[in-house]
Amino acid sequence: MTSLNNIKVGDRVKVTKLEGQGALKRRIMDMGITKGVEIFVRKVAPLGDPMQLQVRGYELTIRKADANLIMVEQKIGDKYLCQ
Amino acid sequence: MSIKIGLVGNPNSGKTTLFNNLTGSMQYVGNWPGVTVEKKEGRLKNFKDAIVVDLPGIYSLSPYTLEEVVSRNFIINEKPDVIINIVDATNLERNLYLTTQVIELGIPVIIALNMIDIVEKKGDIFNIEKLKEITGCEVVEVSALKGKGTNEVAKKAIEVATKNDNCNRLFKFTDKVESIINGIEDLVKDTVPNDKLRFTAIKLLEKDEKIDVDLTNQTKLIIEDIVKKTEKDFDDDTESIITNERYSYIENIVKTLYLKKSIVKISISDKIDKVATNRWAAIPIFLVVMFLIYFLAVSTLGAMGTEWVNTVLFGEWIPDLAEKGLTAINSASWLNSLIIDGIIGGVGSVLGFLPQMAILFLLLALLEDVGYLSRIAFILDKVFRKFGLSGKSFIPMMIGTGCSIPGIMASRTIENENDRRITIMTTSFIPCGAKLPIIALVAGAMFNDSAIIAFSAYLLGITAVLISGIILKKFKAFRGKESPFIMELPSYHVPNFKNIAMHTWERIKSFVIKAGTIIFAAAVIIWFASNFSWSLRMVQMDESILASIGKIIQYIFVPLGFGDWKSAVATILGLVAKENVVNAFGILYNIGDVSQAGQEIWNVLPYTALSAYSFLVFNLLCAPCIAAIAAIKREIGSSKWMWITIGFQTALAYVLAITIYQMGLLFGGTFTVYTIPAMLLFVGLIYFIVRPTNKRIRLNEGVNNV
Repeated sequence: MTSLNNIKVGDRVKVTKLEGQGALKRRIMDMGITKGVEIFVRKVAPLGDPMQLQVRGYELTIRKADANLIMVEQKIGDKYLCQ
Repeated sequence: MSIKIGLVGNPNSGKTTLFNNLTGSMQYVGNWPGVTVEKKEGRLKNFKDAIVVDLPGIYSLSPYTLEEVVSRNFIINEKPDVIINIVDATNLERNLYLTTQVIELGIPVIIALNMIDIVEKKGDIFNIEKLKEITGCEVVEVSALKGKGTNEVAKKAIEVATKNDNCNRLFKFTDKVESIINGIEDLVKDTVPNDKLRFTAIKLLEKDEKIDVDLTNQTKLIIEDIVKKTEKDFDDDTESIITNERYSYIENIVKTLYLKKSIVKISISDKIDKVATNRWAAIPIFLVVMFLIYFLAVSTLGAMGTEWVNTVLFGEWIPDLAEKGLTAINSASWLNSLIIDGIIGGVGSVLGFLPQMAILFLLLALLEDVGYLSRIAFILDKVFRKFGLSGKSFIPMMIGTGCSIPGIMASRTIENENDRRITIMTTSFIPCGAKLPIIALVAGAMFNDSAIIAFSAYLLGITAVLISGIILKKFKAFRGKESPFIMELPSYHVPNFKNIAMHTWERIKSFVIKAGTIIFAAAVIIWFASNFSWSLRMVQMDESILASIGKIIQYIFVPLGFGDWKSAVATILGLVAKENVVNAFGILYNIGDVSQAGQEIWNVLPYTALSAYSFLVFNLLCAPCIAAIAAIKREIGSSKWMWITIGFQTALAYVLAITIYQMGLLFGGTFTVYTIPAMLLFVGLIYFIVRPTNKRIRLNEGVNNV
């Protein structure tokens, strides 16, 4: 298990856990990043931060510092594997 | 009977377009009481007794953002008769997430299903009947962009509002959570009205502090116990449990509603983004877009318009007309002076920026409408974040080079309140068009027209913005509500010109109203103070009230190297409009057209190169003109913050000017009584820049910055 900010562009991951609390966590979840959802890391901004994700069929951007709160497991082949 | 309709939906769901379609041009735009969240109201086009209130675009009804709280309070306290919930069919899961919450508020809901045509075009199948069945709501297909379905929505809204029976079907959580909610409902059912019962119970379970219920201490303790036990059982906080349940419920119903037939293709929007936010191309493209905006609005079209307003409309037509009118009625000379020099001159100098503003707002609204604005934030966020600003702060700054007022107003597009506030407080540091004559005067007369002076003025402005960002973000007031930068990148779409036109018009209108009120009053006061003595006799400016004030405050500027009353008056007049600074020199020293005078003016001014530069620094950075101050007050939302802003700006200007002047003198070998105070002020400034932030406070807020 690793956090979302460590995932390479073009990879697909599944959310396993959300750290943090209060407003920050709620906001991330309100945008549809909940446990079990699949995220596609589409790109990173030209200056290296923030990241662009595809989640629940739409495009979303999030700073790496906030993505650090999202624990994920990576999809390798057809399976999600813990790192 | 009047009917109240609330319009609720996600940002970028087509809500504003639907609102414009529903209400036509009969709209009122203002702010929600006490906060700077935009409030729009309008009457339904074919049913004038119905008022539509456009609630802020939101993703959820959490207690954490201003927009969400405003929406919640409106629905709970003002009890609209019906809610129209616009749902973007192309982004179903996240849109329905809000719907599950809105339905719980105990008001009948109509779902306006937008962009269903796009879904069908892709070849996917949407089962509308099923959505009706699941939610119990009326569902109407609309195409906000094409204006289809608007009448149907309006008709259904009136129908439901007059029938007044709520057949919304609340969504059921899993059995375990459902029984916990039912337990809390039983506990509070005597104090909470029936229609609010479920919403209140869920919010109590979520530990929502903004919920307004009057419970006995005993009940509170029981609920606390329930929350604790639930969190232990699920190994998660209750808020997250509820959110998770909503989304997994939605995933299940979407499976039954939405049949994906299309093979995943790269959408046009993705193709545009491949270029527009490309690693290498993004920044060059962004610079070209900015250059085009600047080129059209500030330098070519806009400048032509402004030139016309200043020299023809307010330079010839209106003054000539006024003069003829006044001569015809044989009015007194003081009245002529008041109307022509004071009012027409004062208000005219501000309205002169209207053409530039109109073009800027139009282009910005266009960028926002097509979806590029959020890409700019994406591209630039990393740079601006270091200074307590956001990626979107760039636009106000850029516009600020033309005029601070539209710049400050453009800060509206920044959602995060802290980022927005710091942007408003610093935008006017960037030298605006009206400050250029001051720069030109100093550069021309003292530094042989050196381009370095103009360059240094912009550099100074940018530096002031950046160090202010660092200083301000360390204050507690800007730390309290740190929110994550998590933002939707909406699909690009063809602009809707009606929306853009209305958006531009709203902003221009508020500016014109301001010019007609605050600036009008200020122009009259300044005219009076510069033409009358304390004994209320009409005098030359050097005997006027203004001059006598200048003779007092000149002492403040002694440490900065320009402690004479004429400089003081010029600086005060700069508060009306920065062009006045240079014009004041012309009047006070009797040199006709200062801009043409060049070198000769400098022989009569009591400056050295150093004190002239100090004068420039102070006048560039201190409080902006009254029109900009009024814009700051409106955008920042309170008089208190307006005073803090101009106090902060003037203090920073003072500290930088005294540092430059006194250190300059010191390098030349001159030590004055102000050398030590200047050094101390400078050290103080450095302290505010480098002082450490209190890490503990950040952790308490759950913001885990690594």
